[in-house]
Amino acid sequence: MNRSASHIGVRNLTIAYGDFVVMRDLNFTINRGDVFIIMGGSGCGKSTLMKVLIGLKSPATGQVFYNDKSLWEIDPTDRQQIMQRFGILYQSGALWSSMTLAQNVGLPLELYTGLAAGEIHDLVSLKLSLVGLAGFEEFYPSEISGGMRKRAGLARAMALDPEVLFFDEPSAGLDPVSARRLDDLILELRESLGTTVVVVTHELASLFAIGNNSVFLDPETRTMIASGDPKQLLAESPDPKVRRFLTRGEE
Amino acid sequence: MRAISFQQSSEETLLLKLSGPWKLGSDLPTVEDVAGRIASGRRVRKVAFDAEDLGNWDAGLLTFLVKVRDLCRQKNIELDSRGLPEGVHRLLGLASAVPEIKDTGKNQVRERWFARVGDRTIEAVRASREVLEFIGDATLTLAKLAGGRVRMRRSDLLLIIQQCGADALPIVTLISALIGLILAFVGAVQLKLFGAEIYIASLVAIGMTREMGAMMAAIIMAGRTGAAFAAELGTMQVNEEIDALKTLGVSPMEFLVLPRMLALVLMMPLLAVYADLVGILGGMAVGVGAFDITLTQYAEQTQLALNTRHILIGVVKAGVFGIIIAVSGCLRGMQCGRSATQVGYAATSAVVTAIVWIIVADGLFAVITNVLKI
Ligand SMILES: Nc1ncnc2c1ncn2[C@@H]1O[C@H](COP(=O)(O)OP(=O)(O)OP(=O)(O)O)[C@@H](O)[C@H]1O
Ligand SMILES: [Mg+2]
Repeated sequence: MNRSASHIGVRNLTIAYGDFVVMRDLNFTINRGDVFIIMGGSGCGKSTLMKVLIGLKSPATGQVFYNDKSLWEIDPTDRQQIMQRFGILYQSGALWSSMTLAQNVGLPLELYTGLAAGEIHDLVSLKLSLVGLAGFEEFYPSEISGGMRKRAGLARAMALDPEVLFFDEPSAGLDPVSARRLDDLILELRESLGTTVVVVTHELASLFAIGNNSVFLDPETRTMIASGDPKQLLAESPDPKVRRFLTRGEE
Repeated sequence: MRAISFQQSSEETLLLKLSGPWKLGSDLPTVEDVAGRIASGRRVRKVAFDAEDLGNWDAGLLTFLVKVRDLCRQKNIELDSRGLPEGVHRLLGLASAVPEIKDTGKNQVRERWFARVGDRTIEAVRASREVLEFIGDATLTLAKLAGGRVRMRRSDLLLIIQQCGADALPIVTLISALIGLILAFVGAVQLKLFGAEIYIASLVAIGMTREMGAMMAAIIMAGRTGAAFAAELGTMQVNEEIDALKTLGVSPMEFLVLPRMLALVLMMPLLAVYADLVGILGGMAVGVGAFDITLTQYAEQTQLALNTRHILIGVVKAGVFGIIIAVSGCLRGMQCGRSATQVGYAATSAVVTAIVWIIVADGLFAVITNVLKI
């Protein structure tokens, strides 16, 4: 596999809700096998950017390329096919509330694999145990805690062994040990399956541990003010806002 | 004692002396006092504080100081907050640390009347386009169902059928029995004047089958199931569950809307027929109990009055009402915004929309059947 080929490219992207511009002039490239971090202050538009990257919200102007295909210029059925290769963890978990955890994780498998019920059952148990939820198969989302919902969402995102995983604040609401395990899991997925991972996060520890590329969004200027390896940004970025963020404001 | 006094301490410096307790709820000085003083006196270039005699304070003091700070900024006056107690100084620092984000898309501009009318019109046109699009989408999905390739879980469909069929029976029983009773009583009083009480049976039979059975079932289901559909889909919208379906490549139209429409369209005619039956029994109770008609007479008269045409009209109506309820419930649910209040609004609006259109449709049916003489 070509490790440094561009997987997702963002060109002159402006995103807006109606007349309200959330972010403008975004340009960055996510390479195959990257763990790419989207960071920035609360409310600056990280989740919105993720929605545009995964094909849920159309950009005001500019383009998102996926394997050199412009996501918003191809026809919807093609876009739909591309979206099926994404695994997504939403900020709120977004589990289907009328289904048990097993059904939540199993639905993508049912729809797209044609596996027998028994095999699906085994796969579901495996994915749930990967996120530490073995034994919770028959629980409904309303019967588990927020952090557990997040982890179940993660298991669902991984169900189809996607090409790209998008995580919106995966470790928010998790204890340090689970958060650490999640980081290990992300790195493991990248190593073993070559998955590209896009993570929205504020957690400095995990951001430095897993990220090898990033973009920093600034709510004041409404655009990106830095990009690159977070460790390098910490060492070299001349921008005081970026430094303040990466050092918890201690510099 | 006034909690504030002014002193022109030196050349162009205004010293604010704060004294006594500064707590919310007590009669605190306002920023206008300061503004007035600045406007009236000599030219001020700097504002400083003296808090020697300041007593207990809370957020009341802070809001005052923040306003003073804004005032100074506006008038280009330097603010020297060193005279304030350490805690106040620090909190004030925090309150100014994050610059206010301008242009959050919520600028409160008062619109002119014409602009408002224009905006509303555009909004109305957009809304009706959305409704038409939804109906078109729903029709296409139904067509797809006929083709056999839809993504819908059978278990979902069965569950919804149960919820809007069997589970609705008790309330439908109660309401339609009462409607039968009422029809019989109201009619009987008039018919008695002509000694024609026996026609109570005809009145109730035709009234229930042609009109009231379908209508009452529809109104009950609009309040019960239409609202539930809107709330369910609305909550799914809020929790991003619908987004999660879309990214999985599953059309919410097929997966969520279709089973709900099917269930209602299948169940409404059954409920209507059931309501007809219970209503007729209700009428019978009055006819036999309160006016001396025998059971056989009543049954015979009912049989004479009824024919399949009446029943069919009721059943067709019920199917149409079912579509109306399902469409308005699902439409409002899918249009729901991303907050809990919006879910409540969606549910209410689904019921109102459904009832309005049910009555309109019923009117249309009356005209059409009249023209066709059926
Ligand atoms: N549906 C919407 N309609 C209009 N504006 C919205 C909507 N959703 C979000 N916004 C606005 O877009 C901006 C970015 O929101 P977003 O949720 O992307 O932030 P975020 O960076 O993910 O924040 P957080 O870190 O708190 O999750 C916010 O200022 C918000 O007011
Ligand atoms: Mg967010």
